[in-house]
Amino acid sequence: MSPTVTTSSAANGNVSAATAAAAARTADAGTQPVTFAKALNTALADSMALEESVLVFGEDVGVLGGVFRITDGLTKRFGTGRCFDTPLAESGIVGMAIGMAMNGMRPVIEMQFDAFAYPAFEQIASHVAKMHNRTKGKMPLPMVIRIPYAGGIGGVEHHCDSSESYYAHTPGLKVFTPATVRDAYLMLREAIDSPDPVIFMEPKKLYWTKEQVDLEALRLSHETDAVPPTEGRAAIARSGTDATLIAYGPSVSTAMAAAEAAALEGRSLEVIDVRTIVPLDDATICASVRKTGRAVVIAEAPGFASVSSEIVARIQERCFHSLAAPVLRVTGFDTPYPAPKLEKYYLPSVDRILDAVDALQWEEGA
Amino acid sequence: MTTTEPRDAIEQVSSKFGITPEDYMLPARTEIHMLDINGKLHPSGQQGAEPGHEYPLPSPKALVDAYEQLVIGRRVNDQNSALVRQGRMAVYPSSHGQEACQVAAALCLGEDDWMFPTYRDTVAVMAKGVAPMEVMAGFRGDWHSGYDPKQYKVSIQSTPLTTQLLHAVGVAHAAKLRGEDTVVLAMCGDGATSEGDFHEALNFAAVFNLPVIFFVQNNQYAISVPLSQQSVAPSLAHKAVGYGMAGERVDGNDLVALLAVLGRAVRLAREGNGPLLVEAHTYRMQAHTNADDATRYREDSEVQGWIAKDPVTRMRTYLADAGLLPQDTEERIAAHAEAVAKNLRDGMNSENVPDPADLFAHVYSTPTTQMAEQAAMLADELAREEDAK
Repeated sequence: MSPTVTTSSAANGNVSAATAAAAARTADAGTQPVTFAKALNTALADSMALEESVLVFGEDVGVLGGVFRITDGLTKRFGTGRCFDTPLAESGIVGMAIGMAMNGMRPVIEMQFDAFAYPAFEQIASHVAKMHNRTKGKMPLPMVIRIPYAGGIGGVEHHCDSSESYYAHTPGLKVFTPATVRDAYLMLREAIDSPDPVIFMEPKKLYWTKEQVDLEALRLSHETDAVPPTEGRAAIARSGTDATLIAYGPSVSTAMAAAEAAALEGRSLEVIDVRTIVPLDDATICASVRKTGRAVVIAEAPGFASVSSEIVARIQERCFHSLAAPVLRVTGFDTPYPAPKLEKYYLPSVDRILDAVDALQWEEGA
Repeated sequence: MTTTEPRDAIEQVSSKFGITPEDYMLPARTEIHMLDINGKLHPSGQQGAEPGHEYPLPSPKALVDAYEQLVIGRRVNDQNSALVRQGRMAVYPSSHGQEACQVAAALCLGEDDWMFPTYRDTVAVMAKGVAPMEVMAGFRGDWHSGYDPKQYKVSIQSTPLTTQLLHAVGVAHAAKLRGEDTVVLAMCGDGATSEGDFHEALNFAAVFNLPVIFFVQNNQYAISVPLSQQSVAPSLAHKAVGYGMAGERVDGNDLVALLAVLGRAVRLAREGNGPLLVEAHTYRMQAHTNADDATRYREDSEVQGWIAKDPVTRMRTYLADAGLLPQDTEERIAAHAEAVAKNLRDGMNSENVPDPADLFAHVYSTPTTQMAEQAAMLADELAREEDAK
């Protein structure tokens, strides 16, 4: 948030400079190191404070505040009617949320881990995704299903799945996945405001990362529509000219590190943070690829029949004549998510991304 | 929002009946029935015999009104089956033989109460007031559902089994949080009680002490598989005690008993005593759908045995014997049923061409870029087809 200072004349230029410095200090005062988890927690609290119909429920989200503490303090602040624990049954949680959304509420529910959401899949695929369509819009389902997902935390089996492709493949669902602390706040607010059901996928390895963010300023920006929506708008996380790295969620930071390393070798890589897998921002992705002529898509999920393969297909369909090389992918292998000691071999790494970039048929000397 | 804990609610209501919580939750020793198979008021069954399971006879007006819906329901089932045979309707899962359950399910509810029906509960949906041709949109293949669930407080007819019971729980939960006294009736069949969502829905409703009536029409078959291969519980109503709610079983071909049992269940739920499970013992007289062949899995003698228990005949005999069906009333009811059937026939004969653009219009509240692109692609394809004509 940069302060805006208006100078009316050259004469008071010095005064203005002082004012600007003071304003900058004020702005800095609002900026604090904020974790991804705190941004999500604050987004929930701000939405609940603004709108009575926003309810939070799931497993261990009440007194405990969630196993990742994303719902910390909400029961205390808003009462057990607004944030509460349910019996341990994911289909029940999603199914009950559907009924609540049918009857005027905006439930924001937590699936404790990616793979624990699978018991709810029928409710999600057959009802959450389809209710709006099958009733020709007469029965919208404004609800958010929060799912901590992906690996990189040394988690045990069934705690590290990248399950986004299942949801992205199901028409009627929107699929959001933030990669920065700022987006964690803004995108969750936007998901809760959405008239459509949103699968909100939180990269759990990012929960404890920090950024300098002014949450109160973000709240005001969101509530006054002073920031553009993120839905359907990919972010250019880093500008570059030689090739485009396309990533989302947990892979964005890896892509950024790869771009940093490539820059040291003289290659300028652009990094696109997809942000909302559904709806996908074809325009931003394609504009970047048309500019650079080369692209690598990065994702933790197994590559076969996945979001990454979809993005590659769409680039090929739309940018074929701008491409100087085949579009490559760096993804998880087509294996079940590995045991903790093996995950370093499985996850997309900076080296693997740089190898893929090297393979983009560069002309001699490039 | 009532702050009564579920356990306290059960304690309070059972002590009101002078019985233990276990006896309140367990169904009566035999199913509740009021009419015998000849339509005579059962001497010992005018009221349930056991404490806490006593059911007063509904009023004459309520009985005649219900009979009218019963006759209409039978006519709707037969008319729709005929329309399927004539190829004018894609599919119709008939509730022939189960009309008493259908009618009681709708009539026990107040205007602001919600119903969650299945694909076989068309008669119940109509009896709750949904316009017949709006109900039929799904069966004639126009769209998945044709009515506004919010307008009628009737959810769309669920095809996936028991998933809708959880939605019923959610609707009741939202209403309770707002302090409304809405009751929700959620319907399923005997086979569906094997599904996981049946368990989760009953448990959630009990834990949150929600006013939901789970109404199981036990029609003996899940397509071809008999109840004995779904459950070896003493009865499906006995499952209630496992969740800490009251269960009752009722003769599902006895409209008088159904009105009494469901009527009381709705009152108890509305008073904050938590959910209830009601199992109605009935029979699916026809095949699962027109695509099914019931002779492959059940004997004709079994079907014949149930014809003798027909709910329409029993109710008619009882009302006529009680002097509640003068000729003009019977004629009026018959004419009403014929008018409904004619409306269905006329509706099915009228041409209705769905708009292909609707494929994309309702997937999201506002079509995404991708939806708009695909809609344009189809529109272009159709325009070229039109030009080629």
